[in-house]
Amino acid sequence: MSKITFPIGGVHPHDSKIAAQRPIEMLPLPPVVYVSMAQHLGAPAKPVVAVGDSVKVGQVIAEPGGFISAFVHSPVSGTVKGIAPRKDLAGNPVLHIEIAVEGDEWMEGIDLSDTLVTDIPDDPAVIIEKIKACGVVGLGGATFPTHVKLSPPPGKKAECLILNGTECEPYLTSDYRIMLERPKEILVGAALMQKALGGCPCVVGIEENKPEAVKAMRAAIEELGWQQKPVRIAVLKKKYPQGGEKQLIAAVMHREVRSGALPIDAGAVVQNVGTSLAVYEAVQKNKPLITNVLTVTGKLLPAERQHNYLFRIGVPLSFIIEQAGGEPDGAVKLVSGGPMMGKAIANPDATTVKGSSSVLYLGAEDTVRKEASACIRCGRCADACPMGLEPFLLNRLCKAGDLEGLEANAVQDCIECGCCLYSCPANIPLLDRIRIAKGQVIGAIRARAAAKKQ
Amino acid sequence: MTSTILWTILILSGLGLVLAVVLFLIAKKFKVEEDPRIDDIEKALPGANCGGCGYAGCRAFASSAVTAPDLEKHFCPVGGNAVMKQVASILGFEMREKAPQVAVLRCNGTCEARPRVNTYDGLKSCRVKASLYSGDTLCAYGCLGCGDCEAACTFGALHINPDTLLPEIDETKCTACGACVKACPRMLLELRNKGPRGMREFVACRNLDKGPVARKACANACIGCGMCLRTCTHGAIVLENNVSYIDFSKCKLCRECEAMCPTGAIHGVGFPKPLDKEAVKERIRKRKEEAAHE
Repeated sequence: MSKITFPIGGVHPHDSKIAAQRPIEMLPLPPVVYVSMAQHLGAPAKPVVAVGDSVKVGQVIAEPGGFISAFVHSPVSGTVKGIAPRKDLAGNPVLHIEIAVEGDEWMEGIDLSDTLVTDIPDDPAVIIEKIKACGVVGLGGATFPTHVKLSPPPGKKAECLILNGTECEPYLTSDYRIMLERPKEILVGAALMQKALGGCPCVVGIEENKPEAVKAMRAAIEELGWQQKPVRIAVLKKKYPQGGEKQLIAAVMHREVRSGALPIDAGAVVQNVGTSLAVYEAVQKNKPLITNVLTVTGKLLPAERQHNYLFRIGVPLSFIIEQAGGEPDGAVKLVSGGPMMGKAIANPDATTVKGSSSVLYLGAEDTVRKEASACIRCGRCADACPMGLEPFLLNRLCKAGDLEGLEANAVQDCIECGCCLYSCPANIPLLDRIRIAKGQVIGAIRARAAAKKQ
Repeated sequence: MTSTILWTILILSGLGLVLAVVLFLIAKKFKVEEDPRIDDIEKALPGANCGGCGYAGCRAFASSAVTAPDLEKHFCPVGGNAVMKQVASILGFEMREKAPQVAVLRCNGTCEARPRVNTYDGLKSCRVKASLYSGDTLCAYGCLGCGDCEAACTFGALHINPDTLLPEIDETKCTACGACVKACPRMLLELRNKGPRGMREFVACRNLDKGPVARKACANACIGCGMCLRTCTHGAIVLENNVSYIDFSKCKLCRECEAMCPTGAIHGVGFPKPLDKEAVKERIRKRKEEAAHE
């Protein structure tokens, strides 16, 4: 097995895939769901239902609020009880639609059977239209609307579709489980996206710590009889952030995405394996994106309490926590997402969104920050940065508020992976400062571009 | 020996003289004509270089002021009217007096009033904290208590009180330069006119949540009940997005709203006597009765 990886930086946290052996279970329906209107990157969706309306599973309840936005569908059947701001994961108010669950009645036309549909529509526009109508967004974390990503701007052509099955974040196992349990659907989803992009080859990138997934995906290619098709599995070295979009492109295609450019400029389109499954369900089964797989994990939980749940998007986190047996003793931090890039859950009453991938319990030892001391200029942060930046320098420029210097040192290229923070022996909160500066610099660049246009 | 010393002195003195003449001539030829009033104005200014006027420093303010057609866009908040009078007399302009201002904190979410629901262990900076989440209390609008305003204040007028974790403003030191206003990511600091003898009345809350939610988050929150709006006879109160705001240009400092506020969200500062709530309520009741009679 040849192992490929991205060329610079990276760290090696313990992968802690404790929940890897737990098959996907169906999460029961809660009494009430709250569907967020800001589940995707871009403009929030606009509700199209009113209080008192009864809705079915899969019915459109909100339409896109802009070009980069997505449809939102009802994950349950029942009655709309309210449309009001509610606190999200971070405690900030976001518009939510509250639906009281009554039975489980699906919209007509949604195929709920298990039969694999491998016939691919001839017209790429049909595929993209279906993906859009089903509200599919990238499930790798950024929740970028998939139909936008699959429609490259004129003059740009996708040369390779990369399916991201690396799951390089420690603890998370949802992508691993779907690759084990539904590899054929993922591959058909990939074929659909290849068609939509005009027939480019496809590479599925999987980290070496998931040999079972590699085996399952390879077996699926054989079972489908697709050995001659332009789809292959690439085994990647176990290194964080292998699943970063730009890192994956560098590893698989040996191409670098220029500063400020998009992956499509390098001829690449990267989609998560979860997204591929959602694309399959949307196009072949007519099923909108209303379910996703989420891992409930953490070292504090015994093996039998680790779970991979298939949940309806909009189920409150507190319901999932309760179903999984409550909070374990000693947990000091709840994280949604992986320990490296995930967000701390400040409000456990918040609801799940399309991009929810985990409920992770961390103990004091893993999360409480040690006191920062002075920089000893060891350069470990610069060695660890997968984007080739110098976090120690950026940190100093941030402190001085030197925006021009920050821009000259490419703070806008930071992918917020946290490698610098992870590697710093002086526990300096590098990323905390850099993230703020990145926002300011990107704001300044956009303002300049807007002024130029006028 | 003596002649060596003598020669050295002579040559060096001669060289010095020649160079002095050269420098004098060059200085004369390349003299930069600068408005002498710039220096005068700079001398008159407090020299804090705080940037509160919107210019890079006192010198930048001065050089901009001499070319300005009037003093409409030039006001030194630190020096206030006294300094601006001097500046105006140097430039020969009419000077329009501005009411002295002071920074006030529109949050009263003390540790007692606003229970902490989680612990924040990231970088101690309000901007970083605000970018990550809504804060360690249930209030998504209140003070984050990391002291960005304290760090921004160049006059030492702002200090975080360790008991309440809220900044306290020393009005004797506050120059209303506005640095703290810009530093606060929650927009809680506001420059307000000082009333007569420094009296001022303001709503110490910016929570936009509905009453019950706001109340649950903080005992001192404005719940948007509108009691102050109904009480005020001067039309100084605006109730928008579940929170009241007192327009200082209309407020007559009667303190009736403060007496009627059920949560104590309205603050009066600088008044000579503490507020006798019952007496004020009695006064309002009587006035209403009289109005009913007529």
